[in-house]
Amino acid sequence: MPKRRDTLKDTEQEVRVFRNRSLLAVLLVLLMSGGLAARLFYLQVVQHDVFITRSDQNRVRVEPLPPNRGLLMDRNGVLLAENRPTYNLTIVPERVDDLEATLGLLVDILGLPESDVAALKARSRQRQRPFQPALLLSELDERQIAQLAVNRYRLPGIEVEAQLLRYYPDTDIMSHVLGYVGRINAEEVKTLDKGNYAGTHFIGKTGIEREYEALLHGTAGLRKVETNARGRVLRELGRTDPVPGQDITLTIDKQLQQLGYELLDGRRGSIVAIEPATGEILAMVSSPGFDANLFVTGISHRDYQGLRSNPDLPLYNRAIRGQYPPASTIKPFEALAGLENGVITPKKTVYDPGFYKLPEHSRRYHNWLRWGHGRVDMRRAIVVSNDTYFYNLAHELGIDRLADFMHRFGFGEVTSHDVHGAASGVMPSSEWKRERYGQVWFPGETLSVGIGQGYWLSTPLQLATATAVLANRGEWVTPHLAKRIGDEPVEPPQVKDDIELANEEWWDLVYGAMEDVMTGSEGTARRSGEDLDYRMAGKSGTAQVFTLANDERYNAAELEERLHDHALFTAFAPIENPGIAIAVIVENAGGGSSNAAPLARKMLDAWLLREEAELDEAPIRSEES
Amino acid sequence: MRLQESTLLPNRGRSIKRRRSLWLRIHLDPWLLGLLFVLMLAGLLVLYSASGQRMPVVTAQLTRLGVAVVTMLVLAQFTPGTLYRWSLPLYAAGFLMLIAVEVMGDVGMGAQRWLVIPGVIRFQPSELMKLVMPMMVAAYLHRRPLPPRLKDILVCALIIGAPVVLIARQPDLGTSLLVGSAAVFVLLLAGLSWRLIGFLGLLAAAAMPLLWLNMHAYQRQRVLTFLNPESDPLGAGWNIIQSTTAIGSGGVEGKGWTLGTQSQLEFLPERHTDFIVAVLGEEFGLIGMLLILMLYLLIVARGLVIANSAQDTFGRLVAGSITLTFFIYVFVNIGMVSGILPVVGVPLPLVSFAGTSSVTLLAGFGILMSIQSHRRLLAR
Repeated sequence: MPKRRDTLKDTEQEVRVFRNRSLLAVLLVLLMSGGLAARLFYLQVVQHDVFITRSDQNRVRVEPLPPNRGLLMDRNGVLLAENRPTYNLTIVPERVDDLEATLGLLVDILGLPESDVAALKARSRQRQRPFQPALLLSELDERQIAQLAVNRYRLPGIEVEAQLLRYYPDTDIMSHVLGYVGRINAEEVKTLDKGNYAGTHFIGKTGIEREYEALLHGTAGLRKVETNARGRVLRELGRTDPVPGQDITLTIDKQLQQLGYELLDGRRGSIVAIEPATGEILAMVSSPGFDANLFVTGISHRDYQGLRSNPDLPLYNRAIRGQYPPASTIKPFEALAGLENGVITPKKTVYDPGFYKLPEHSRRYHNWLRWGHGRVDMRRAIVVSNDTYFYNLAHELGIDRLADFMHRFGFGEVTSHDVHGAASGVMPSSEWKRERYGQVWFPGETLSVGIGQGYWLSTPLQLATATAVLANRGEWVTPHLAKRIGDEPVEPPQVKDDIELANEEWWDLVYGAMEDVMTGSEGTARRSGEDLDYRMAGKSGTAQVFTLANDERYNAAELEERLHDHALFTAFAPIENPGIAIAVIVENAGGGSSNAAPLARKMLDAWLLREEAELDEAPIRSEES
Repeated sequence: MRLQESTLLPNRGRSIKRRRSLWLRIHLDPWLLGLLFVLMLAGLLVLYSASGQRMPVVTAQLTRLGVAVVTMLVLAQFTPGTLYRWSLPLYAAGFLMLIAVEVMGDVGMGAQRWLVIPGVIRFQPSELMKLVMPMMVAAYLHRRPLPPRLKDILVCALIIGAPVVLIARQPDLGTSLLVGSAAVFVLLLAGLSWRLIGFLGLLAAAAMPLLWLNMHAYQRQRVLTFLNPESDPLGAGWNIIQSTTAIGSGGVEGKGWTLGTQSQLEFLPERHTDFIVAVLGEEFGLIGMLLILMLYLLIVARGLVIANSAQDTFGRLVAGSITLTFFIYVFVNIGMVSGILPVVGVPLPLVSFAGTSSVTLLAGFGILMSIQSHRRLLAR
């Protein structure tokens, strides 16, 4: 070591100073280490519980397991709504190195226009956390899935994800009965059970899907999984399986429903058929229908506008919301009202000169046949659908007694069990008018109601229900759509009392008259009653859409199609043991006997003769197999 | 029995003496060497787990440690006199390289730290300065009377200040502070007067706002995040939240080797480099943390013993400074990972997966061994 002579070095003092400073350093080192140890003690002992919880929250994620939605079937087990697997494309932005390039490649592979890159880029930023997948495209077709599979190695971070989507086969004919599911909207989120719907994207919006939402949805399960920091699931720590929604078997017979839809042939109208013994709705057709599948993933603005602006209103469920004047179809019920209230007897006759005049009024209320039917009793009044007889009956009965009696058949109120959105119709009375318009009831208005016009409005479902109760000799049945939920049969509540008449034979009198409508020489629907294989009771109706001025004559050729009369027909058969009751309405089709009665006849034939046909076929089938 | 014992004792004594002389002959300190090997072994164990049980990472670290150990062995062979003579040239070279980095350095990780001779070497001059700086200051003071006089202190301030400013401008605030502190330790150990220390302390406090104004945005963010990690839980605060969660969830006994969820599931960032001690804390618990801390303290203790038994000023000051700087690395790293210090890029000595830092550290211990093993027998 070189040492300079000119410096004064006191080695002893130097070593002493160094030793002191070293000791000080040791103290400091121990102090700082103590600080570290204290910090570690704080973290690992004092706060241990907090951090163990936090580390578990980090790695353990609870994922909802949405239940599979219950299926919908017709009464014979034909599938009406199912869940189909569809494939969505998702992206995990964190795992993509070059977003722009990857999306460009994706667009190339799938053959999408270049301009979609920007839209996809926006979608890939939907998620707040970079390791959560964002939905890029939904409902990939099989070709796209194949192309993605082949190019998968070039697309890190892009995944194809399976999802079950509601699908409605034969959607047009069933659309109004089933309704549809759609994406849960902001309004619905507020009222939903968030736990149970955590993994669910769709909810019933209308129809059966809405009515039985809670049962169809089922109960969500959940699974606890361990994930890494990038959100990848490494293993399952525990799980509660979801309870799938219940399958619902409807009372609808798909074949009958389809026949009804085809008979209406795209025209505006509705057919409702009910089994009188049970109240089961066999068919509930509203025409035209629509493609409910469009609503499942979210209908496009253009498609929706198309449906909304269609003058035939395909979204409108005529069977339960269409309110029509029931017209002459209610004459058998009025006859019973007259008998029950002692206003008429079966033998009592009225002379019809072609019109009816209220006492001390000059206005003439015309019979549909201008020259009149002459002398008519109750039976003939129903068979020829004489208006004058019923003007007189209604006048003598008075509106309130008439309304009371009609309520017993379910007119003017909702009596169905599980038909979502059913309208109540209007059964007018003096009280109703006072409440609704603040006006007194005029006797002339009773006459309009007496032939099923005026304020009286009824839905096809109500007409069919009333006809079923009529066919049952007054025994009430509640119309319903669900036959079985899972394996449990549905027993709808009896919402109204059975109707007991003072004289049981009156039912037979009315049935006889209605049978003559089909088969009598004067019957209005005799052309539809030819070659019947069973005893059928029917009643036609023709509802005025356009009110003619007094003494003005109805001339179909001169009126716009939309102002033509609605054709109505109600029927049931066989009379001795009714298997089906039906109401048919064809909007603006003209007279009910010629335009609605043939449809009703075909429906009844199909339903009543079908079982025999099937019985005939059955042995042949078994021989083949 | 008694007879046997007494006849055996001299033999044993002789064998110990011979072994010690062997260690002296190859210029190594067995205590320091043993402690360092235990530390490195423990480090490799933790690294295996922290790397996600990837053996290639462990073998890569093994290679780096091998290079570092060789560097240590080689440096131990030089006499302190040689090191003393090399101090000025090495300092001058390091300073020039820092200027070169300033002019044409390679940008890595947003900071300009590397000097690259393409195809030959990537080199961080600041790493070199970690060792050369205390050597230079000690060499300067070696010839002066101690405690240092004001004139000498001012010269030292210049020797320290110029490279520190250059490193800080790269920008690498952490390293510049560590390099600076290594040199300041020399001054403190040399007996810098308490009055001056107090004055400099005040000056440093006064300079804080100035430092703040000259910080880069990311550096300020780090300080702010340190003060309140929850303010930015997904960004800069993520590291601290995850590392404290890892350590805290380890508890007293730890979750077990390779069973730490925070580290194995990749919630812990930088888990095999700067934040490796969080893996240790999570998997080996408080017991593991205290053991590793104890190991570091034993190394520091041995270093200070060597410093105090050094025979000249240069040896004393260099050995003391290197030892204390080593402790500072440990303290800053564990303090940062456990959330009591802001996040600065300091690896855990000889445990973190880091090449350059390991070489520098073991080179430092090589110098310590040189000082220990080249003592002239006469002075004893």
